[in-house]
Amino acid sequence: MTTATVQNPNRTAATGRPVVIQGRGVGKTFGSGAVVALEGASFEIPKGSFVSLVGPSGCGKSTLLRLIAGLIDRTSGELTVHGKPVTGPHTDVGMMFQRATLLDWRTSMENVLLPTEITRTPTKADKDRAAELLRLVGLKDFLFAFPSQLSGGMQQRVALARLLQTGADILLLDEPFGALDEFTRERLNIELMRIVAEVQATTLFVTHNIAEAIFLADQVFVMTPRPGRIVEIVDVPFERPRPLSIQTSPEFNTLVARVRDMFGDVH
Amino acid sequence: MVTQDITPAAPPGLSVGRRRALTHVTIFAGLIALWEIGSRLGWLDPLFYPRPSDILVSFWLIYVQNGNIWWNLYVTLGLVLMGWVAGSVLGVGLGALVGFNPLVRRFLKPYVIVLEATPRIAVAPLLIAALGFGAPSKIAIIMLVCFFAPFINTLSGVVNVDQGRMELFRSLRASKMQVLRKLVLPDAVPVIMAGERLALTAALSGALVAEFIQRDQGVGSMILIYTRNLNMASAFACIFTLTIIGFLIFKGMELIDHRVAYWKNEAGLRRVSDRRRAHAQTEGLI
Repeated sequence: MTTATVQNPNRTAATGRPVVIQGRGVGKTFGSGAVVALEGASFEIPKGSFVSLVGPSGCGKSTLLRLIAGLIDRTSGELTVHGKPVTGPHTDVGMMFQRATLLDWRTSMENVLLPTEITRTPTKADKDRAAELLRLVGLKDFLFAFPSQLSGGMQQRVALARLLQTGADILLLDEPFGALDEFTRERLNIELMRIVAEVQATTLFVTHNIAEAIFLADQVFVMTPRPGRIVEIVDVPFERPRPLSIQTSPEFNTLVARVRDMFGDVH
Repeated sequence: MVTQDITPAAPPGLSVGRRRALTHVTIFAGLIALWEIGSRLGWLDPLFYPRPSDILVSFWLIYVQNGNIWWNLYVTLGLVLMGWVAGSVLGVGLGALVGFNPLVRRFLKPYVIVLEATPRIAVAPLLIAALGFGAPSKIAIIMLVCFFAPFINTLSGVVNVDQGRMELFRSLRASKMQVLRKLVLPDAVPVIMAGERLALTAALSGALVAEFIQRDQGVGSMILIYTRNLNMASAFACIFTLTIIGFLIFKGMELIDHRVAYWKNEAGLRRVSDRRRAHAQTEGLI
């Protein structure tokens, strides 16, 4: 299974939803070809779907995310967002990282308003929206708290609210809860599913946890390193909303085993 | 039950803080008494170690009876303030310039290292030769002594911007000016403030050195003249005055630091948090 399995475009058509992100043989090499971070990535992501990118370190998950965000330039292939080629940072996407990267001197409200401030002076409506988003992520009592007064999980909630404040309809999440403890992460994952469904965002979620990847996603991009590539795109059939208990079902565990085998195949 | 209070019970009416303060005062009073007794019994040479009681008399003389320290204090503190402001403006300005411009940084770095290695006081006579006796050369000396901490701190504050935050600003498509105003400068404030604290203390030393060299007016000149006349008690009164001023400067800067870099201390966080909430209420947000 060393060749990339390009997804059948008919399936996308079958969902009846337009494609928002499309890649054709996308590649990225660093240092004049010395390091191949990503090679021949081809995929189509329909509007409103949740995609997990799973794989060990060095498989190009974060690279693919940064390429889509326009933070780095690809060295080969075609990559379009909303039908337009990606040429640099653009406002259609918002990113969230493992670290919350909040500004210590700003309250939750002011941190969430930062993306608005970059484009214009925030209006009353913008502030209302920021307060509403902080309520959506469960921080209605912490609107005026500073990051140092919040726990790690709460800081990531602020970062998520800030991401939603950008108004981007594509959310790129790079191991957003990776630095948090198991319990907090599980709870935030469930809330994340609820929130992205509510704002109808297309979501790309990077993780190295197979069960987490499957639990959250409509599609799982299975990626392997050296060189980084997408070896398979797996459809996840479970209905939404998904209770935590599906993780103990035989179907779920069969799928986890199937994905794990894909890594075993390569190593 | 096992939840017994294990801290020893304080004597009634005295908190731990009070008792500590009392211990300090007792020790201090003991030392002063020892000094006084030592001088009186001839253990300490009264010429170099005047009695505390004589120093107290000198305080009365220079502050009340003659009142000659006031003008000199005014002169010295004026110099400190002007030298510090000049040094800060130069230090922060140059630090920011060098920090933001990699090209300037590369070419200026060797000179900065040379300047750091040179004892800057050594340049003082040259400054006097160039600027003549009087306030300008004194201010120049202070400036030279105190500019380095704000410079190096501003530089490191500006250069060491968190890469994750930088990427966030890039993904939001912030302009260079916005990155500067909303990320780099606020982020550097606590480090710059730490530099300013060091600079102000250095400015006081710089002012005294400048006055030792020129010996015309100011507290530094007073100390020099009293010592020449073997009036050690008055010299000590001047030195202790400077101790108190140094302490007040330290405390004052701490207070300003807590205000400006409010997110670095609990009280500041609470104060600003409350203020923002109150403001939001007047706006009808919550």
